[in-house]
Amino acid sequence: MPSLPTISPEEEAKAKAKDGTSVGSFDAPTAGSRDEATIAYYLMLGDDALILGQRLSEWCGHAPTIEVDLSLANMGLDLIGQATHLLGGAAGAMGEGRDADALAFHRDVLDFRNCLMVEQPNDDFARTMARQFLYSTWHHMLLGRLAGSKDGHLAAIAAKGVKEVAYHRELASDWVVRLGDGTEESARRMAEGLDWMWRFVPELFHVDEDLQKVIDAGIAVDPREFEAEYREAIAAVLAEAKLTVPDDQRPILGGRHGHHSEHLGHLLAVMQFLPRAYPDAKW
Amino acid sequence: MSGHDWPLWEVFVRAKGGLSHRHVGSVHAPDKEMALHHARDTYTRRLEGVSLWVVKSDDIIASDPDQAGPTFAPAEDKIYRHPTFYEIPDEVKHI
Amino acid sequence: MYTTELDKQPEKKNVTPIDGAEDPALVEAFEARVAADEFIEPKDWMPEAYRKTLVRQISQHAHSEIVGMLPEGNWITRAPNLRRKAILLAKVQDEGGHGLYLYCAAETLGTSREEMIEALHSGKAKYSTIFNYPTLTWADIAAIGWLVDGAAIMNQVPLQRTSYGPYARAMVRVCKEESFHQRQGYEAMMHLMAGTPEQKRMAQDAMNRWWWPSLMMFGPPDENSPNTERSMRWRIKRETNDELRQKFVDITVPQAEYIGLTVPDDALAWNEEKGGYDFGEIDWEEFYAVVRGEGPVAKERMKARRDAWDKGAWVREAADAHEAKKRAAAAA
Repeated sequence: MPSLPTISPEEEAKAKAKDGTSVGSFDAPTAGSRDEATIAYYLMLGDDALILGQRLSEWCGHAPTIEVDLSLANMGLDLIGQATHLLGGAAGAMGEGRDADALAFHRDVLDFRNCLMVEQPNDDFARTMARQFLYSTWHHMLLGRLAGSKDGHLAAIAAKGVKEVAYHRELASDWVVRLGDGTEESARRMAEGLDWMWRFVPELFHVDEDLQKVIDAGIAVDPREFEAEYREAIAAVLAEAKLTVPDDQRPILGGRHGHHSEHLGHLLAVMQFLPRAYPDAKW
Repeated sequence: MSGHDWPLWEVFVRAKGGLSHRHVGSVHAPDKEMALHHARDTYTRRLEGVSLWVVKSDDIIASDPDQAGPTFAPAEDKIYRHPTFYEIPDEVKHI
Repeated sequence: MYTTELDKQPEKKNVTPIDGAEDPALVEAFEARVAADEFIEPKDWMPEAYRKTLVRQISQHAHSEIVGMLPEGNWITRAPNLRRKAILLAKVQDEGGHGLYLYCAAETLGTSREEMIEALHSGKAKYSTIFNYPTLTWADIAAIGWLVDGAAIMNQVPLQRTSYGPYARAMVRVCKEESFHQRQGYEAMMHLMAGTPEQKRMAQDAMNRWWWPSLMMFGPPDENSPNTERSMRWRIKRETNDELRQKFVDITVPQAEYIGLTVPDDALAWNEEKGGYDFGEIDWEEFYAVVRGEGPVAKERMKARRDAWDKGAWVREAADAHEAKKRAAAAA
């Protein structure tokens, strides 16, 4: 594995300070007008989609049946598509000729803003479904509200994404029910999967200063608005699955600020290998 | 049971409003909800449809091809059921 | 792809005679229908040998699609940009879909998918030799799209008119979906050949490794392809191995030259008289070794497939158990 070149902080600062005028590959009209907090919000959602899409794509060719293989790939494709749009939006605003690929492949761990849940390894199908269920339920509730964002570009991405994610949520919920209320083994695995992921749920509802700024500006959604609804929805599915809601523990945070689990570094080492090893190449 | 394959379902897709559902293939699935999910993920990845039906393959009752003679031949000589059987002068249009 | 007869070494044995127990009148009527380009449907009467050959050919084709997900799948997580990642994931997913369509087509002949998968995992059933070669660099993904899918399309297009209805219909869908696969492979190769010296090196190296195995995909030469004659008569196969191979070479060589790739064959030369290329001798010993399961990564491929199936067993069981519980609850 090649070592990952460090990102020069000066470059980064310069890019952030500058209100970019050049646009990325996807975004155009509103590119130059986003402030730092908005860019961070784009990155947060874009990185969630990218990392979860990458994780799902690891299943390709290895799922329990061909049908399930196709389902997982479909969700992965939806998310990679969303990531391309969101990172494109961020890149356009950051300027300096950046595009979505520059952000996906040339940032290191400290600059990734995805939540900790999405970077957790797939492990078995139950843990993958626990992750998908807990994340996509949140994602669905978020995008439904984000379609009303004052940032028109973000609203458009959300309006398209919400339809995709509605299906992710439905499929994942259906699987949680089948595995939870299937055999003894599947129930055990499903409970273990939930247990693994549950500690990362609070991060989804955590609001820091940056996020508060974009919430106040009417650009971002305040996730606390739907936390009760989320917990109810999760509990309802788990009840149908004859599973108990895991106990809450002290929240584990950090992903939104670049402080990740050990898993993300490995994921990036694989994902970013080619463009890092051949920085001058175009593909 | 040692991880057998799931039962087979036949999949029908309505390509767009105004058309009938048409048989497109099949999928394996454990139950009807999953059969619909699998049908969607398998057969509508390229905007092929606006509506899906799934039917358990075992529930389809088919005519017997060995009986194709008795089943379909009687319709053969009933040519009076077809419009071309009737000769109408060209001058009389739109009948 | 991947419909060539792989089961046997060339034998001196002749075409298996149609089972003498079958009613000659039925056989004759069947042959007449096929000769008239009619489609045979699942419940129609058919000779046992026709049924068996089809199950073998279609399941072999399905296995090839499923095993074929692995060499390319090896690069999905390492695709060099987001566009290529989405394209590759969609493409490998398509292959899974094609495997699924084909298994279902074969199931209409009375063999379950589970039985076919078991035959694959036990080593009894074969799949295309091409997937037993490793994908070493990103250029291999381009080479597979361009060469392997190119060869596949050549084999598959005529099968849209194959005599067995469900197979023909599956192939229509497969061909429609596959049309982008080869184009994206060639386009990716073009990018590499227009790129840095390292990229060009990767591209040529991939060309060197994939060219001959691609030619082998069409199967043994016609004189060693024992069932070709009967399969042609039954419209299970519509063109011979050598005809298709020649077509492939004639189309592909100019494509290689156009982007500056060298075809790794010293004997390659344009033959004005036949209006096609002459090309070197294929290493059939290698081909048969790979058919026997001695390909460079054959063990890895089989292990990956068995693992997926075995590790998925509890998932399949769980869903069945859940359905049974719901049914019992509804009945109560």
